[in-house]
Amino acid sequence: MAAPKKPPLPVILMANDLIDGEVVFRTATGWSSEPREALIAGNAQAADALEAEGIAEMSRNKVVDAYLVDVVLGENGPQPRHFRERLRTLGPSIRPDLGKQAQSVIEPRGVPHVSL
Amino acid sequence: MYRYDEFDSRFVRERVREFRAQVERRLDGSLTEDEFKPLRLQNGLYLQLHAYMLRIAIPYGTLSSRQLRQLALIADRYDRGYGHFTTRQNLQFNWPKLKDVPDILDLLADVEMHAIQTSGNCIRNVTADHFAGVAADEVEDPRPTAELIRQWSSLHPEFSFLPRKFKIAVTGAEHDRAAIKAHDIGLRILRRPGTGEIGYEVIVGGGLGRTPMIGKVVREFLPRADLLSFLEAIMRVYNLEGRRDNKFKARVKILVHEIGAEEFRRRVEQEFAALDGPSVNADPEEVKRIAAYFAPPPYEELPERSVKLSIAKAAHRDFARFVETNVFAHRVPGYAAVTISLKPIGGVPGDATSEQMRIIAELAERYSFGEIRVTYMQNLVLPHVRNDELFALWEALDAAELATANASLVTDIISCPGLDYCSLATARSIPIAQSLSRRFADGARQREIGPLGIKISGCINACGHHHIGNIGILGLEKNGAEYYQLTLGGDATENAALGERLGPGLAAEEVPDAVEKIVNVYLQERSVGEEFIATYRRLGIAPFRQAFEKGVEGDQHAAH
Amino acid sequence: MPLIDATGFKQNGFARMTEGCSLPAGDVILPLEKLSTWREEVFSRGDRVGVHLPNTARVDEVWPLLDDVALVSIDFPSFADGRGFSLARGLRQRGFFGVLRAFGPLIADQMRHALGCGFDEVETPEAVIVRQPISQWRAALETITLRYQRGAGNGLSILDRRRAAREMGHRRFHSGLALARE
Repeated sequence: MAAPKKPPLPVILMANDLIDGEVVFRTATGWSSEPREALIAGNAQAADALEAEGIAEMSRNKVVDAYLVDVVLGENGPQPRHFRERLRTLGPSIRPDLGKQAQSVIEPRGVPHVSL
Repeated sequence: MYRYDEFDSRFVRERVREFRAQVERRLDGSLTEDEFKPLRLQNGLYLQLHAYMLRIAIPYGTLSSRQLRQLALIADRYDRGYGHFTTRQNLQFNWPKLKDVPDILDLLADVEMHAIQTSGNCIRNVTADHFAGVAADEVEDPRPTAELIRQWSSLHPEFSFLPRKFKIAVTGAEHDRAAIKAHDIGLRILRRPGTGEIGYEVIVGGGLGRTPMIGKVVREFLPRADLLSFLEAIMRVYNLEGRRDNKFKARVKILVHEIGAEEFRRRVEQEFAALDGPSVNADPEEVKRIAAYFAPPPYEELPERSVKLSIAKAAHRDFARFVETNVFAHRVPGYAAVTISLKPIGGVPGDATSEQMRIIAELAERYSFGEIRVTYMQNLVLPHVRNDELFALWEALDAAELATANASLVTDIISCPGLDYCSLATARSIPIAQSLSRRFADGARQREIGPLGIKISGCINACGHHHIGNIGILGLEKNGAEYYQLTLGGDATENAALGERLGPGLAAEEVPDAVEKIVNVYLQERSVGEEFIATYRRLGIAPFRQAFEKGVEGDQHAAH
Repeated sequence: MPLIDATGFKQNGFARMTEGCSLPAGDVILPLEKLSTWREEVFSRGDRVGVHLPNTARVDEVWPLLDDVALVSIDFPSFADGRGFSLARGLRQRGFFGVLRAFGPLIADQMRHALGCGFDEVETPEAVIVRQPISQWRAALETITLRYQRGAGNGLSILDRRRAAREMGHRRFHSGLALARE
């Protein structure tokens, strides 16, 4: 089997909390539900270390589906490049009252809103 | 409605207890995620984009007011105050926590409900015609058959680790409202010509997804008594022979396609002949026991015509329109079935708040013997309403903003949750449904267009049934952006047909214009009284494609 | 690998003949392709013969080979591959009365599936038992005690119990009539 493709740098580590399912981000000290607290890996070595932590945390039954996500860095911290992962940092685009975007720390932007 | 006996109750409680232990064993590491995943899926629990999602079975779409109230309570206590009715007559909660799920399951068991086999590579929740027991064109109520299959398939020791998911649908009517040809197994109840004996036509190998196929008849007439042993024969052939090397080729439709319907039929008949039928089948007494629960409610003897209804229709134009679109003829004189649309203009198709659930439960008790149906169109139905009381019901629905008069019209859009919730999705689908709903919001225009089914899926798995939409929309991803492919001419009924690709994909913003162009071609070309699908069949795709391409080109010119 | 049946751990009376090794002493499980070569020798020394089947084996093809075979072991390459369950039921249906063993990484939760399909025992890797001790296998069986399917596994299904209750009801009804007549 070919090795999974490495995402371009910089990256953060995203996962779901095992017990409550919430999307969480690896920080310097543990996991946070806030994307702007995510630890950013800017080189290959740091990315590998982050990925290894994800695997270890999964085997410790803390999180599931941990994987690296490539981001751009902005004022509000790291923002995933891909719209799917961006949605995970926000919540359903049709329900701004739900998900992380509702907790008002972050601006629900970056995902084009379809209003016609 | 079916009621649990002591065995059914104990069985469901045992499953809850088993799942509670499975969650604990996952948390303490006894089960790895790889091991736990199929176990939780077999109990309806997904891990989605933002959270876990719990899919609750509403077997054959029949629900009591008591059950609906309990769903509302769960929505408030453990979720975010709403639920989503799916295209397979189930209900999804989008935000439960893993640790709460066993408690939710206990609350469900309190009202004779569960989440057994609403996902996973097993026999899924059985669906049926939502007008079962109501429609005049019915040979027999399909629900006793569906209930027997529900019991037989629940925790089946042999068929819980199949190559892939397996969906069964049953109809007892001539007009197919259960899309039986788009299921792994479709059963149609019929009378044997000549003898009048009741049995089943058995269709296998239909399905949508990546490789859409219309099911093939493998048995023209199966005697009622042989149902379970024949199903076991089909399942055993599939479990042994279905492909396991490629997830996308693992459904039974691929097996039927690869070895041919004739060979598949031969293998099933061979297995069926080898099975000891009497040791597998339910005895006639058991079938009768189940059927007795579906005896008609105590209807009153009423005149065919309701003066009260005529007067109300004459006095209230909006009500008259509602009757025109959302009221379905009942086999019993003086009664009607009423569709409660969960497609308000600009709303999320299939979503209902806990408050709406309580109101509908209350109205079901007052007007429909406490019974509610869930349709694969993601609407609800009050199946037995007196004509005399239609106006009062409509007023109550209207007050709760539940009287959208659009059943089967262009804004009665089917949509999967798409990338707003689903981890498998490649694009969002709800915003597309919302924008189309707003575009065609005008009621007079909708009625002028007439019946037209738009169905939207946010990925190739086709939960939104786009292949069998008159207009189908499939959301995909290219180079990090969402785009949408349109198909035309799909049909979910007994004339089942798969839609044809119209042309290149579109950006989300371009979809409403494109759909409008298609609708305009239809309005120009139709003959008197001709529905969209009939015009499409008469003309073929060419004129629609021409209009569509002109639009796409025009846009490109404008852009340059 | 540990061997488990409905009551707990079990002594494994059979040795497996593995690739490139000579015939072990005592009761032996032979790979299907070695069955015809070695069965007579095992019989002649008075030992019992078992056979290991891949889950792609067809009942019709292996059935003629199972004369005097005391044990059939069916391969489960992964716990999610359920072909072995159908193969087991097919063999039982055909009339195989010997021991049926599931071989592969089945988990405790699947003990009821195995027994329900006619298996007597499960041989699963040590690594599974480390995470899922025998108490979990027993608990799993004690949790789900009912099933709907007739003709699967031991004991009465729910449908059979209902029938029994109906027949009991009839009898009571009729004996009640008889009493009333007296």
